[in-house]
Amino acid sequence: MKKFWKKGGSFLLPFLLVIAAYIMCQIMISGKTMSRSLQGQLIPICAYIVMALSLNLVVGISGELSLGHAGFMSVGAFTGAVVSGLMLKGWGVEDTLLRLICAIIAGGCMAGIVGVLIGIPVLRLRGDYLAIVTLAFGEIIRNILNCVYISVENGRLFFGFNNPGLPGTILLNGPQGAVKVAKIATFEVGFVLVLFTLFVILNLVHSRSGRAIMAIRDNRIAAETTGIPVTKYKMMAFVTSAALAGMAGALFGLNFSTFAASKFKFDTSINILVFVVLGGIGNMTGSIIAATALTILPEVLRAFSTYRMLVYAIVLIAVMLLTNNRQVKSFIGVVKEKVRLLFNKTPHQPKGKEAEGK
Amino acid sequence: MIPFLTNLVNGISLGSVYAIIALGYSMVYGVAKMLNFAHGDVIMVAAYVSFTATQYWGVPPLVSVLMSMVVCTLLGITIEGLAYKPLRQAGSLAVLITAIGVSYLLQNLALLIWGANPKVFTSVVDFGGIRLFGGELVISDEIIVTIISGIAVMLLLTWFTGKTKMGRAMRAVSEDKGAAQLMGINVNFTISLTFAIGSFLAAIAGVLLCSSYNTLMPTTGSMPGIKAFTAAVFGGIGSIPGAMLGGLLLGLIEVFGGSYVSTELADALVFAVLIIILLLKPAGLLGKNVQEKV
Repeated sequence: MKKFWKKGGSFLLPFLLVIAAYIMCQIMISGKTMSRSLQGQLIPICAYIVMALSLNLVVGISGELSLGHAGFMSVGAFTGAVVSGLMLKGWGVEDTLLRLICAIIAGGCMAGIVGVLIGIPVLRLRGDYLAIVTLAFGEIIRNILNCVYISVENGRLFFGFNNPGLPGTILLNGPQGAVKVAKIATFEVGFVLVLFTLFVILNLVHSRSGRAIMAIRDNRIAAETTGIPVTKYKMMAFVTSAALAGMAGALFGLNFSTFAASKFKFDTSINILVFVVLGGIGNMTGSIIAATALTILPEVLRAFSTYRMLVYAIVLIAVMLLTNNRQVKSFIGVVKEKVRLLFNKTPHQPKGKEAEGK
Repeated sequence: MIPFLTNLVNGISLGSVYAIIALGYSMVYGVAKMLNFAHGDVIMVAAYVSFTATQYWGVPPLVSVLMSMVVCTLLGITIEGLAYKPLRQAGSLAVLITAIGVSYLLQNLALLIWGANPKVFTSVVDFGGIRLFGGELVISDEIIVTIISGIAVMLLLTWFTGKTKMGRAMRAVSEDKGAAQLMGINVNFTISLTFAIGSFLAAIAGVLLCSSYNTLMPTTGSMPGIKAFTAAVFGGIGSIPGAMLGGLLLGLIEVFGGSYVSTELADALVFAVLIIILLLKPAGLLGKNVQEKV
């Protein structure tokens, strides 16, 4: 905790940002100035922020490209729906908040377990091979969830594959996905989940383990020679990320009355990766802003209806081309320097590669 | 016996399509070191071009195939020049996201031009097919053409990369870009050429795929694209015989898995086999295992 306060600005900024945004949302809701469609987006936004943050842990901090993050989200969502259904129909727990929290925790645990199972084979591979295998696992999870039937009767769960003839109330109905889900997710819990995720990730990043993870990212062989157990730390980042994604999934799923596994396709994984890359790889504040902005953007563009995805695609390409353009990059550098001088009056010390050259 | 043979023929046919797509994927990956997620959507564009030419303009099927080849080759060069060339020096993630952007762009353009409703694609070949074993085993004309095209593409590419100057330049660039440049190879031109060839192959694959399956939507190309990419990794990405082998195996696993295990789990099975193979042979079936140097 001591380090938590010592790090100051860079550590606290994302927290302050999230809290400020939350207060603003609450003011807008109570003042009735927020449109209904945007209000409906609040919980998905929270879920996507958590997804983006957790993927950033793998892509940015651990340096592995994962293309199957939506798979963990779906595991969390389906587990959450089953747990919530079991508690209501099987055990008669009426309290929605308790059910929601249990569902989120169960979703996180389940996704974490799946993360361990997947991580063991996946983390042995490198680079693009790792990416394609995570993609494959995402698809496998979706395919399997499409064939699972679960029902609840007398407080017991019944499982089945390709067999809809189960007793009691059906919770998961094969290709139709989770049915008759109680919509119990709330924006408040979503907000707390975002804060929790930030706390977990930032604490991990600034801990001894986090530094080990980043050392492996920067140079695996060098890290290995200094005695860092590579697999252990990679696994730590991967499983933490999977568990957080599962929690986000549970929150996301319990916001709908029914949802199918097709909601968590390859496209979803890619969208989350887009949040991470546009927000800045390894930059948590950036992930939060990108996830929020890019979830709202298609809603704002609804007026253009047919053109909105086209605009989205063009924006995506343009941003990638511009941020990697040398002239634009140097221009941004100049602006940053000006801003710095305005506040600090001390010129920026060149560091990293520039300094090495001198 | 007959169902088995039918599955075998269907599997080889589907596998040939995957193999043709995978060859494009693999070559582009080898030269540009990027995962071109827009490759699957070029397939879709090819099918739409052929569809429009035959249905609306009354062009004969074979000419429409030529048209879609030309359009896709130009499309491939354009995409490479506008979207990927400026990112030569950028990180691999930036290129990946740009490729995804291009993929969305193509899908949504197709959505605007041709609408969301699935179109019925009429087969471009029509000579009746063959009946064997007293008519019990029917091999359709699409299947015959697909398999022959697969073999032809494979032979042509092997000849091209092995014997021609351009092909050898391509291999040199995929081996070491810097050294190739020092040897006087025009790297930028070679990369553009690779994209052109890849897109040309995608056009063939698109027309063949839609001739066999008949439905055409803006998202038609994405799943075959992903699977072909899997096939390329399967066989060892960057290797031409590997892509061919990977594609064939993938098609066979998908068809046999679908009929003997479960239709819903056929895709899961394909990906599971991929994972097992990568664990046993981390560079794919025919890929070269590069030793890591400190």
